[in-house]
Amino acid sequence: MALLEIKNLGISFGGLHAVDNFNASVEKGCLYGLIGPNGAGKTTVFNMVTGVYKPTCGTIHLDGKNLTGKNSIQINKQGIARTFQNIRLFSNMSVLDNVKLGLQNQIKYSVAQGIFHSRSYKRKEKEMDEKAISILKVFGLENEYNYLASNLPYGKQRKLEIARALATTPKLLLLDEPAAGMNPNETGELMDTIRFVRDEFDMTILLIEHDMKLVAGICERISVLNFGTELASGKTEQVLNDPRVITAYLGE
Amino acid sequence: MSFISNLINGLSLGSMYALIALGYTMVYGIAKMLNFAHGDVIMVGAFTMFTAAATLKFSPAISIIAGIIVCTLLGVIIEKIAYKPLRKASPLTVLITAIGVSYFLQSLALLIFGSNQKSFPMLFNFEPIRVNEDLILKSDSLMTMGVTILIMVALTLFINKTKTGRAMLAVSEDKGAAELMGVNVNKTISITFAIGSSLAAVAGLFFGLTYGFIGPYTGAMPGIKAFVAAVLGGIGNIPGAMLGGILLGVIENLSKAYISTELSDAIVFAVLIIVLLVKPTGLMGKKINEKV
Repeated sequence: MALLEIKNLGISFGGLHAVDNFNASVEKGCLYGLIGPNGAGKTTVFNMVTGVYKPTCGTIHLDGKNLTGKNSIQINKQGIARTFQNIRLFSNMSVLDNVKLGLQNQIKYSVAQGIFHSRSYKRKEKEMDEKAISILKVFGLENEYNYLASNLPYGKQRKLEIARALATTPKLLLLDEPAAGMNPNETGELMDTIRFVRDEFDMTILLIEHDMKLVAGICERISVLNFGTELASGKTEQVLNDPRVITAYLGE
Repeated sequence: MSFISNLINGLSLGSMYALIALGYTMVYGIAKMLNFAHGDVIMVGAFTMFTAAATLKFSPAISIIAGIIVCTLLGVIIEKIAYKPLRKASPLTVLITAIGVSYFLQSLALLIFGSNQKSFPMLFNFEPIRVNEDLILKSDSLMTMGVTILIMVALTLFINKTKTGRAMLAVSEDKGAAELMGVNVNKTISITFAIGSSLAAVAGLFFGLTYGFIGPYTGAMPGIKAFVAAVLGGIGNIPGAMLGGILLGVIENLSKAYISTELSDAIVFAVLIIVLLVKPTGLMGKKINEKV
């Protein structure tokens, strides 16, 4: 069974069917792309998978567990983490604290221990620091750990968002337009990072992207959404050469 | 009275305002609401300590702890019952509800304790400290200042150096993103109300000790002044609330001593208006970038 199973997923806002009858199954370790023209409903799918929206119909299973209708906190605990189309870092917090926030549910101590700075509080905070630094090292951000997140250059903010999501130890990582606003050099570097994350963390990655070079370069399978419905899905080369997909992107 | 003792009394009054302002500003930062019932939590704290010490004859330490516990629970309960169901309602609805909770607490105190002012038990018996002929320091003022400084240091450490504190900062910046990182937003909001209300209980203690009398409307005026202090410092900003509170207390006390007792409140509010005209986000408030 696939790690992520989406069946007949749909949502309507009033009379508008934003997404209708969407199916996908993402195998463990796969790099899966979700593409489609603007307004096709890609981010809406992400929002349903992460519990931001409750789907009107259909089911979402992760590792055999039903996640349909669960809230964001529960879904994160079950193992889905994400980044955002427009970067949503905690910009007034340090780079290190952003990652430590992601570690929140892995390393626990009580409020009282925090207030009185108990020995176990100190030990666990140290453990969090070390773990956060080791994640930052993967992304080459360890020297900027003390910077405010908002003071990082754009490309590094994107990386920090991925680092923060990984800190929650997900099984599945959702990346919403990771290459948005990047120049070709940065995009190339990002492709290496995404591949590296998949291999190093043994991660399954589902990503939304408009940059076809990135999609063709790293995604093994893709689904194409158009006007909220699935246009095609399958192996990347096949789908990208599908005449219906070319029409949807370039017009008749 | 010398200038120094006026200044110290002002700092002590300001410490009290700062403690209350912290509750306003933390709740605003995280729940994006103005909790106008916050001032009345001070009154509940003072009455709990009064009942425990004067009626039930408990020791001062137990009375103070009882007051803090009752206020902490009260803060959490108010949030759960009155504000949580309105998380998605318009800010105006929440504001009116907060005013309703404020009147509810005042009326409840009026029913239980009557409208007469009660004399607050002297929980501590400190002698004034005589430095020289002109300079006599009230020891309760010094205690108020000392305890407030300790609380501020502890709170700053708690917010910047602990898991819960980081969760509070994250929720105040972006509730949705925090939830998606697995932060329990409801628990974080509850903890914020608990901390704010326990600080209000401490302020209630200092109010009782400083003025000697408490009544059902005791919390109203300090509550409003502390709200002004929070806005003066930049609402949502914790160091701002501390600075705003202390500044307000000093200005109020010095204008009472050197200008006019009657005009002191007018001067306090005039300062607020001038500061907001020059810097609309408050002294330490961040510039808000309008997104286009």
